[in-house]
Amino acid sequence: MRMDRPVKATEAPASPAPTSLYAARVKVYPARVQGRFRNFKWAFLVFALAVYYVLPWLRWHRPGDAPDQFLLIDLAGRRFYLGPIEVWPQEIYLVTFLLIFSAIALFLVTSLFGRVWCGFACPQTVWTDLYMWVERRIEGDRNARMKLDQGPRNGVYWAKKVSKHAIWLAIAAATGGSFVLYVQDAPTAVREIVTGQAGAWTYSFVGILTFTTYALAGWAREQVCTYMCPWPRFQAAMLDTQSLVVTYRAWRGEPRGKHKQGESWEGHGDCVDCRQCVNVCPTGIDIRDGQQLECIGCGLCIDACDAIMDKVGRPRGLIALDTLADIQACERAVAHLAPGPKRVEVAEAAHTPIKVIRPRTMIYAGVLGLVGLIMLGALAIRDTTELSVLRDRAPLFVTLADGSVRNSYTLKIIEKRHDDRTLTLRVDGLPGATLAGLAADEAPGPAIPLSVRPGSVATHRVHVFARTGAALPESTPVTFRLLEPDGREAARHDSVFLAPRR
Amino acid sequence: MPTKIEKDAVTGKETTGHEWDGIKELNTPLPKWWLYILYATIAWSVVWAILYPSFPGLSGHWRGTTGWTQRTAIAEQMRAVDAERAPMLERIRSAGLEELRRDPDLLQYAMAGGRVAFADNCAACHGAGGEGRPGGFPSLADDSWIWGGTLEDIHTTILHGIRNTQDPDARMSMMPAYGQILSRQEIDDVAEHVLSFTGRSTNAESAARGATIYADQCVACHGEKGEGVREQGGPALNDAIWLYGGSKREITAQIANPRMGVMPPWQGRLDEATIRMLTVYVHTLGGGE
Repeated sequence: MRMDRPVKATEAPASPAPTSLYAARVKVYPARVQGRFRNFKWAFLVFALAVYYVLPWLRWHRPGDAPDQFLLIDLAGRRFYLGPIEVWPQEIYLVTFLLIFSAIALFLVTSLFGRVWCGFACPQTVWTDLYMWVERRIEGDRNARMKLDQGPRNGVYWAKKVSKHAIWLAIAAATGGSFVLYVQDAPTAVREIVTGQAGAWTYSFVGILTFTTYALAGWAREQVCTYMCPWPRFQAAMLDTQSLVVTYRAWRGEPRGKHKQGESWEGHGDCVDCRQCVNVCPTGIDIRDGQQLECIGCGLCIDACDAIMDKVGRPRGLIALDTLADIQACERAVAHLAPGPKRVEVAEAAHTPIKVIRPRTMIYAGVLGLVGLIMLGALAIRDTTELSVLRDRAPLFVTLADGSVRNSYTLKIIEKRHDDRTLTLRVDGLPGATLAGLAADEAPGPAIPLSVRPGSVATHRVHVFARTGAALPESTPVTFRLLEPDGREAARHDSVFLAPRR
Repeated sequence: MPTKIEKDAVTGKETTGHEWDGIKELNTPLPKWWLYILYATIAWSVVWAILYPSFPGLSGHWRGTTGWTQRTAIAEQMRAVDAERAPMLERIRSAGLEELRRDPDLLQYAMAGGRVAFADNCAACHGAGGEGRPGGFPSLADDSWIWGGTLEDIHTTILHGIRNTQDPDARMSMMPAYGQILSRQEIDDVAEHVLSFTGRSTNAESAARGATIYADQCVACHGEKGEGVREQGGPALNDAIWLYGGSKREITAQIANPRMGVMPPWQGRLDEATIRMLTVYVHTLGGGE
């Protein structure tokens, strides 16, 4: 499948003189449009912005000192909280799974519906759309904006421009301000930011994101998609002839040209060359040139064209969300017919249904399911209590007055739950050995109680005494076992017990 | 040599208007944004030079309007750290040693502070983990104590030290050099007797002779059965721990010409809170009584 723009006749002959590869940006003035796609885009915009701005404010009660924020990337506390799920730094692979899951979900959606991510869900698209809405409210629609930019730099011009940029900056600041709420307690952070008590890092990040939002959504816009974003470059690998793409049905539209009301459509394509599809395009391309890198698949040209088709009395769908396979099938079916309404009727019967089930989508769906299962499995079976044992290295062992040998260990008990309890520590592999913790008044015994720190790491130093007179090799493998009050094993860790060379 | 600015035929760009031996250069100025950043940094350097210490003068230097120096900055940071630590250190100072060991918060703080102080001040002789070093630096991790292993005993030892001349309250014990008092044979006999405490004597006759001398000369400090006398600072001779080695040759050498270690007093060098933290830390190394 060719995704590149068909070479136009005017561009065809290669110029002999070396030409510059630089192209100045042609400012895009997208016109207002109404229709199905526009409505969906508005709905998704409201939804996406609501999620972004509201999410940090959702509360979720957690026991103990844990923060009560539903979603919190607690950088200072080194935890990731999502509702009932609490991820520790060593479980960051769960977050990795989440990213892999999202990526493959994106692949699957792209192979089914084309560039819906670019057209509706990408933050660049959402914020650009919001900025364009502000722009339109202040400066007016396409023609008014063009006139304003070309017109005199008078008071009206500056009033409009200044108020537009002020509102843009306000939105950008709210965006940057909201971002930092994901890594701090939201109410506290907002209070600190407003009263000037937040840290330099907070202000830096608010500043950086304010700037990027303002620059990318206000100034860069479609250039981000065309020149900066890698996704349009490699998403072609997810698309095939069965993927839904925004496309112009050339078999129906050509030959394009002006059409007077009442005239016969025979010998005339449905495209009246009104250029509405070009005017509304947020990236400023002509969809009639075929599949293009710049097209973000938002479907606004479909809305624009449908409105025109209604007006001129032709069926909708000259530009449509369609598969390339269907386009080709219709093209073949109508090839023998002269341009005209007959073509639409014949093509009606020639449409091929979309093949949703095909190897590509099945593989993506399969991998998606697999990653999801692994993720859920890893989440379900992760340990809530972990033990690690660090052997003292200085000294490796201590010879006691009665000639017996003692080794000392530092135990770290990771307790992810938030209930306070006391576990029992035993050591296997060293018959007759006794243990002693640091707690006062505690006689050494074969098992000692160790307390956990709920939702944190408890550190205990433990001495292990070999039986007096035991003939020990230089190194004896031992296993530390932490037992729950009911006798179940909570965690274990292997180590060694060292003794002097005999 | 400035010439006139020309338009280059190939590129359509202007030349700089300079010519060197017929060579002309196209005028390709720095990008504007680059230039503006340079100007901004120059402006910033002026602001910086006014705000902060910068230019040397005839007497001293320009101190900057902010009065900032690295020295005052670090002093301020140190004061802030001290202020932050003060309440906890005050609690450690005022708490009893036993209380220090029983309160989990105090214990944790004292352990952390003690570990640092130990590494700075004690590890040179006693080893990083208190394992001691051969040649008279006792292990603090075992359960054999010359001067006692309770918190109070350890505290006193750290405060005043051992056999030093700086502190009149230093722990003091002195073993005579028996090389000048006893004959070679007698010393050999005593060594044999000392070995018998740990069941290692190979010559019962010699050990029996040594027992008599031991009873006269050694009992006061080392105890009847070699169990040691802490009040005198006499180490135990009946256990597996030997400060200067436990072989007969090493024991003989120690009787004839004893070596005795010295520990400085830490009172006055370290503050009371640090000494208390060290006490608790040493106590937890493994041998605390």
